[in-house]
Amino acid sequence: MDKFDLIVVGGGPGGYVAALRAAQLGKNVAVVESTHLGGICLNWGCIPTKALLRASELNHQLHNLAEFGFSAEKVSFDIEKVVARSRSVSRQLSRGVAGLLKKAKVRVYDGRAKLAGRDGKAHVVAITKDGSETGRIAAPDVILATGARARHFPGLEPDGELVWTYREAMVPKELPKRLLVIGSGAIGVEFASFYRNMGAEVTIAEVADRIMIAEDAEISAMAQKAFEKQGIKVLTGAKVGPLEKKDGTVSTRITTASGTTDLVVDKVILAVGIVGNVEDLGLEQTKVKIDKTHIIVDEFCRTGEPGLWAIGDVAGAPWLAHKASHEGVICVEKIAGHDPEPLHPLNIPGCTYSRPQVASVGLTEEKAKATGRKLKIGRFPFLANGKALAMGEPDGLTKTIFDAETGELLGAHMIGAEVTEMIQGYVIARTSELTEAELKETVFPHPTISETMHESVLAAWGGALHF
Amino acid sequence: MATNILMPALSPTMTEGTLSRWLKKEGDTVKSGDLIAEIETDKATMEVEAVDEGILGRIVVPEGSEGVKVNSPIAILVDEGEAVPDAVDAPAAKKAEPAPQTAAQPASTPAAPAQSTSAQSAPAQSAASTSQAAPVAGPTGKRVFASPLARRIASQKGIDLSSLKGTGPNGRILRRDVENAKPATTGGAAAPVTAPAEAKRVPNSSMRKVIARRLSESKQTVPHFYVSVDIELDALLALRSKLNAASPSEGEGQFKISVNDMMIKAVALALRDCPGLNVQYTEAETLHFPEIDISMAVSIPDGLITPIIRQADRKSLRAISAEARDLAKRARDGKLKPEEFQGGTFSISNMGMFGVREFAAIINPPQAGILAIAAGEKRAVVRGDQLAVATVMTATLSVDHRAVDGALGAQWLNALRDIVQNPYSLVI
Repeated sequence: MDKFDLIVVGGGPGGYVAALRAAQLGKNVAVVESTHLGGICLNWGCIPTKALLRASELNHQLHNLAEFGFSAEKVSFDIEKVVARSRSVSRQLSRGVAGLLKKAKVRVYDGRAKLAGRDGKAHVVAITKDGSETGRIAAPDVILATGARARHFPGLEPDGELVWTYREAMVPKELPKRLLVIGSGAIGVEFASFYRNMGAEVTIAEVADRIMIAEDAEISAMAQKAFEKQGIKVLTGAKVGPLEKKDGTVSTRITTASGTTDLVVDKVILAVGIVGNVEDLGLEQTKVKIDKTHIIVDEFCRTGEPGLWAIGDVAGAPWLAHKASHEGVICVEKIAGHDPEPLHPLNIPGCTYSRPQVASVGLTEEKAKATGRKLKIGRFPFLANGKALAMGEPDGLTKTIFDAETGELLGAHMIGAEVTEMIQGYVIARTSELTEAELKETVFPHPTISETMHESVLAAWGGALHF
Repeated sequence: MATNILMPALSPTMTEGTLSRWLKKEGDTVKSGDLIAEIETDKATMEVEAVDEGILGRIVVPEGSEGVKVNSPIAILVDEGEAVPDAVDAPAAKKAEPAPQTAAQPASTPAAPAQSTSAQSAPAQSAASTSQAAPVAGPTGKRVFASPLARRIASQKGIDLSSLKGTGPNGRILRRDVENAKPATTGGAAAPVTAPAEAKRVPNSSMRKVIARRLSESKQTVPHFYVSVDIELDALLALRSKLNAASPSEGEGQFKISVNDMMIKAVALALRDCPGLNVQYTEAETLHFPEIDISMAVSIPDGLITPIIRQADRKSLRAISAEARDLAKRARDGKLKPEEFQGGTFSISNMGMFGVREFAAIINPPQAGILAIAAGEKRAVVRGDQLAVATVMTATLSVDHRAVDGALGAQWLNALRDIVQNPYSLVI
């Protein structure tokens, strides 16, 4: 039985980053991955969807060239080639992860891992491939980074043909003419945006009273308006009836406060949340506690069982790759006896890569109000920003929320072009505990859309210069 | 190959210390295990052993230097015949003159330019000749690293940032550090910093700072409650006289048992009867200790320290007495080893010798209790309906209410009183 200092179960953005950090700190590390290095993020999530969305933005632009003085005829695309490009980007990155792990001398085991008791103080992990055990390894510390999968509801089960999860939605063989997306979190909205910009008729059904419920209400309303302007039908407070499949189509009845809509579509995409992969890990004989579908951990990712740690999606929300990676680093540094700073949930940015993009960090206006603090709120529209106009991207808003007394940046919310690339400025501000004073003093380059970040702060404190 | 000898950490909490004395000179041969220097920590003076062998090429930190950071180079060890290289982190050091003056010590840096520009001026010369000028890390002029938000909140609350310890990267003061701190003045407005000219400024010793930090932390985070009881001492004093009368008048076996020794044993036995106080509260769980290790507060110049009588419930009075005497003496000499004062499950503070009637002690974290013992004195007591005279002592127990509730505290004190008033259990 090979012995390691650390075994990481799962090679996604949480697991492989944890393994790399541990190797950096001189640990002898093994990673057990059942499917593909890079996990969902690289192979079936963050990365390939960005490749698809880039293609759909191009399609949108190619059909809207007149504004820039161009004309083009017979613009067309081959969906198989669009998908093929997305897949090749994923392959390239997954190979990159394999290379990084190899360089760091991390042992990678192909198979599923299951805890199989203890050998002295060490945890024993049994590895199985295609149902049969291929070996056992042991280490005093084991990090569970098994990720999550799409959630299903009774009556709303995917079949891979007509009713898709993200997995099938990412590799369409042909473009559906009519599409229903159930759920309007980041995943649902991104697919709706992709298919709409590729030319499909898209309906979004969201059970909550507004889309993108995690975002600031003002931003979510602006996103809904933008989607509707693009021709996406948005139904909120929507209950989706049973999915009836007939002749290669799906029909259903959607009930909202304002009535019912009967819908016939070619495909349905389920994007109603995810559940953690907590099964078949051998957790039964441990002190690990599970709440619904995620493992309960403390601020350093410790489970209740000594030497057993959990990071990323399997350890609960927010379900974001960068949260998983960061937890991986904290967890490994804690194991190595360092004194890492715990992850602060309000300093984790969230990004949605639809058109328009949405990005945020910290408290929404509603939650900031609920703290009872006196607030100063600034808004700056892209319409008043030179670079946004020059780019032909006048729809957008940068909103900042401050504590009126201390000047703390409580939250920042952005919608519009390139906001996912800009939000980190506010994340740095929050992490370093800057106040409005430093943000005001910062010189933002002209002309950039990031100037809206400056102006929004000035607006909050009563002095936007260009609006 | 030249290697740095680093300032060792003599205890887990040590971050800096005073290099009080070099036991080797530059040029001396050093073998592994040789004692090379004496280092004074917040708690004790200890000798440092060499790990490698070679020639002591250069002393980087001269003796008498305070505030030497753990893991900073204090000397350079070279092989025989090898040239002494420049100190790794002291670019100003001159290779040719390996004198203490060139050491990478903050105080010597400002002195050097003064010497070269005005070599004739008397103050500059004296600065150069007395290379021992202490590194003055005064309260003024020292840069405080704090986040802008922390600064803002501190100024709003009237908190002096330099009084805070930062928990951020590299000790940066963050919002939480300020929010956890108490305002400095009750008046609200920050008082002007100009101190009255008469005040004599005595820099706080590292022990003073540790006492301040640990006891502030205890008083601020541990919810104390206090229970007092009067205990009659006559039976115990009578037993003590008989025991001491049995001591040989001289030689090896001689002993003299003090009231304090007996109280250590009594407290340990009370903890054995009532183990609910031999605990430590942590966020997730309460630790119940199997051993009873009594920390006894010993007053020493400029502070106090708590050496430990381990497993005091199982030791004879004679053993406790000998051990307590030895620990107290070495505590006053600053010669305790870390394991002799770190740990302990319960503390005793005895101020009986000062004639105090009663007092309450601050819990020595992470322990859950401390017993404050005042002087035994003749008091009038009521027996039946008669007045009588007895030697009575007031003992006050301070308890961490997170781990122990009032009834248990009272029960424990009653157990202690029973033991002291019927003291034969101390010897059987």
